[in-house]
Amino acid sequence: MSEASDSLAPRRGRGIELALLLFAVAISAAAYVSVDIGALGRVPPNALGYFGGLAALAGLAHVVVRLRAPYADPTLLPLVVTLNGLGLAMIHRIDLAGASEEELAGGGIEAAAAPSQLTWMVVGVGLFVAVFLLVRDYRVLARFTYTAGFLGLFLLLLPLVPGLGREINGAQIWIRVGPLSFQPGEAAKIVLIVAFAGYLVRTRDALALAGRRVLGVDLPRARDLGPILVVWVTALAILVFQRDLGPSLLLFGIFVLMIYIATERVSWLVLGALLAVLGGLAANALFAHVQVRVQGWLDPFSDTDRFFQIVQSLYGLAYGGLLGTGLGQGRPDLVPFAQSDFIVSAFGEELGLTGLMAIIVAYGLLAARGFRTALVQRDPFGKLLAAGLAISLALQVFIVVGGVTRLIPLTGLTTPFLSQGGSSLVMNWVLVALLVRVSDATRRPTPPAPPTDEAVTQVVKL
Amino acid sequence: MNTPLRRVSVGFMLLFFALLANITYVQAFQADELNARQDNRRVVLDEYSRERGPIIVADTPVARSVSTEDEFEYLRQYPEGPLYAHATGYYSFLFGRAAIERAENDVLAGTDDRLFVRRLVDLVTGREPRGGSVKLTLDPTAQGAAYDGLGDRKGAVVALDTTTGAILAMASTPTYDPNPLASHSLDEQQAAWDSLTTDPNRPMLNRAIAQTLPPGSVFKVVTSAAALESGRYTPETVVPGPAEYDLPQSTRTLPNQSGQPCGPGGETTLANALRISCNTAFAYIGNDLGDEALREQAERFGYNSQPLPEMNAATSVFPDELDEPQTALAAIGQFDVRATPLEIAMTSAAVANRGVLMRPYVVEEILGPDLAVIDQTQPSELSQAVSAETARDLTAMMVDVVENGTGGNAAIPGVPVAGKTGTAQSAPDRPPYAWFTSFAPADDPRVAVAVVIEETGENTDISGGRLAAPVARAVMEAVLGS
Repeated sequence: MSEASDSLAPRRGRGIELALLLFAVAISAAAYVSVDIGALGRVPPNALGYFGGLAALAGLAHVVVRLRAPYADPTLLPLVVTLNGLGLAMIHRIDLAGASEEELAGGGIEAAAAPSQLTWMVVGVGLFVAVFLLVRDYRVLARFTYTAGFLGLFLLLLPLVPGLGREINGAQIWIRVGPLSFQPGEAAKIVLIVAFAGYLVRTRDALALAGRRVLGVDLPRARDLGPILVVWVTALAILVFQRDLGPSLLLFGIFVLMIYIATERVSWLVLGALLAVLGGLAANALFAHVQVRVQGWLDPFSDTDRFFQIVQSLYGLAYGGLLGTGLGQGRPDLVPFAQSDFIVSAFGEELGLTGLMAIIVAYGLLAARGFRTALVQRDPFGKLLAAGLAISLALQVFIVVGGVTRLIPLTGLTTPFLSQGGSSLVMNWVLVALLVRVSDATRRPTPPAPPTDEAVTQVVKL
Repeated sequence: MNTPLRRVSVGFMLLFFALLANITYVQAFQADELNARQDNRRVVLDEYSRERGPIIVADTPVARSVSTEDEFEYLRQYPEGPLYAHATGYYSFLFGRAAIERAENDVLAGTDDRLFVRRLVDLVTGREPRGGSVKLTLDPTAQGAAYDGLGDRKGAVVALDTTTGAILAMASTPTYDPNPLASHSLDEQQAAWDSLTTDPNRPMLNRAIAQTLPPGSVFKVVTSAAALESGRYTPETVVPGPAEYDLPQSTRTLPNQSGQPCGPGGETTLANALRISCNTAFAYIGNDLGDEALREQAERFGYNSQPLPEMNAATSVFPDELDEPQTALAAIGQFDVRATPLEIAMTSAAVANRGVLMRPYVVEEILGPDLAVIDQTQPSELSQAVSAETARDLTAMMVDVVENGTGGNAAIPGVPVAGKTGTAQSAPDRPPYAWFTSFAPADDPRVAVAVVIEETGENTDISGGRLAAPVARAVMEAVLGS
């Protein structure tokens, strides 16, 4: 409140963040309770403990932000907590649908996914905190450009290592170490965004140099095509060897948009689009798993058995209608992979069009704050990093939500923060930690102004 | 870098708007279409989880939902099973719904607009929404008499309230038990379905309303009506009735079943022709009136339009464009004339009801879950089939059929009965159909009946009177006695 009284001191927004966080935790806990009321007709016995646990996690994240990134955008963390909390409630809800009578009566659901998701949330918040402890200034990341690049590629290829990689549901995107399974692709995404940002800052002047002019578009010089081709080939390799369309599209999309932002040359967009279409057409011609997705998108009702997933997803959405069945009162478990890939249609069913819109808008806000951070940031590396992270989030949400609602062909991607899956959840917390880190630097008042009496504030000490 | 950054963020904003527009389309506009799809398990499961309303006959549920412990929550039961199967239909997870279970599904499931206010109340009070009830017009005694009369013969019975058009009995044999089709064991459903659909006797076919057969001599009532309505005939008009009728433009002849002329000198009266079911006389009258007049009369009795569409009843047919020999055959209910037992009963009912044909119906009332009446079927007129005067003449002629003619087996002591027998040949290699239609009491009609038995031993009108008339009599007695 003291900031508000002093017009010269910049608003930090920590108070707002705390209030929003309370709201986020309340929504999440309310969702959890209404799931049990809707499905079982009783308030869950651990409701208070659950509320306390969520509040503690959110509080911890808030305290760390308050200490380490006091100027950070106050909306990012509450949005993330809301989404994560809603995801937990829905995963719990689908656990209940799959539980037997005895399990419900006895209290313990053997195959429950929600407790492990909660554990992963704890790990996620832990890594969120760790990012603030380890990365005091995001600019040090620029030093690791090439290390990050190689690490990213290495992580991407890891699931293909015999003995280490595992194929689950037809996609070779997992590695297994002891009892733990992990999708290294999720980590690779963030590492590669750091690498792209660092690389583009250094080379953007060269990449922006015009080559030949065709149809009013300045094409890049042929010798500068190397990087985009490397990423393109990598993306295709993911598609071919890991049989996973989503990450491939996501990776290539992020890179093309970042190179466009860095160079301000539309020609890179055109080139990227051409390469994407080329790769897409080739994939559709060569791979049965891609064809199924495309045909299921064009005409899912021509064969409701073959396109079972998307058809069931649409049925769930339709059944929810405008207002939804209410949490715990629909049949989202009829949609395959309702806890992971299709969690959006589960929300569409139980919360209706209204609830699903709110969730999409929450993602939109998250992305918008990310872009805002990038716009205001002066440092080119920070700008590109924030932009890359925001793009990654927005693009992933568009691909997965568009896929399950049949706006675009279905691809395998998790819904950030909502979907069941430890790797995805943990890495998205890291992603947001970086975004918060950059936004703190963006909004931090520039210190070098000649010290006047009034300008000496506490802020500078931090 | 801010210009491209702004463009990219605006681009994403548009993509997100596309997401919102798309889910709006799916969830708000496409939803009804998706929810109505047959393979959508969700809607069925939801329906099963709701207490479906009963189908009621005379205050007793003939279809009801009982609470169970399994996933589906409610089991559909048909306490009387085969007795009402063709009216109730079945309610099956795998095979959908039939008859009233299909036609009145919205009411039974509780989704009908007429139940909207109650649904709202349920929503507010937090009570599980329940379906409404459908009360049928069937009379349990008449229905029982119809099935007892048919026994294990293949056939059908329809009984109508002559003044309202309410269906009092609707029987079709062989019948089936809808209970296994509603079983919660999918294997049991499948097994029942397989055995019912492969049975050559087609037990799920509702012969009373959904199958048309050549009506044979019972159609002579329609021809008589056309003759009287033309103004050129009275019951006493003398018509030729030789042993054989030479079909015009053809070398073929149409014989009487007895092989004898219908009266001395090969002549008879219209009334007598009906009494003894004289083929040659009606063939002559048919050609005298022409196919146009016959068709118009038949259509006023309900031919060529679908009765009871909610039950998917078949449309009885009087064909177009007949030449003279075809018209002669059509006049005695042969050639391509085809009728359901329902249509035959409607014809008698119209004669009984002073010429006014009432719209047949089987749903008497729609009741809310609290058994309050929400909707009631109001009897309505379909057409003035014949004048009151013609109806009176026809009634007298048909009473004569029962009292002195081929329909003696339908006579009820102390009650005047009007009727007409029929026997129809569909193909040379299959046994003929025995028909009977009647109404009673003739002086104050209350019930009209049509009976068909698909296989008789001999091709004479005697068989219609011998096999079908006793069934009609039993059903009429059941209605009049109750």
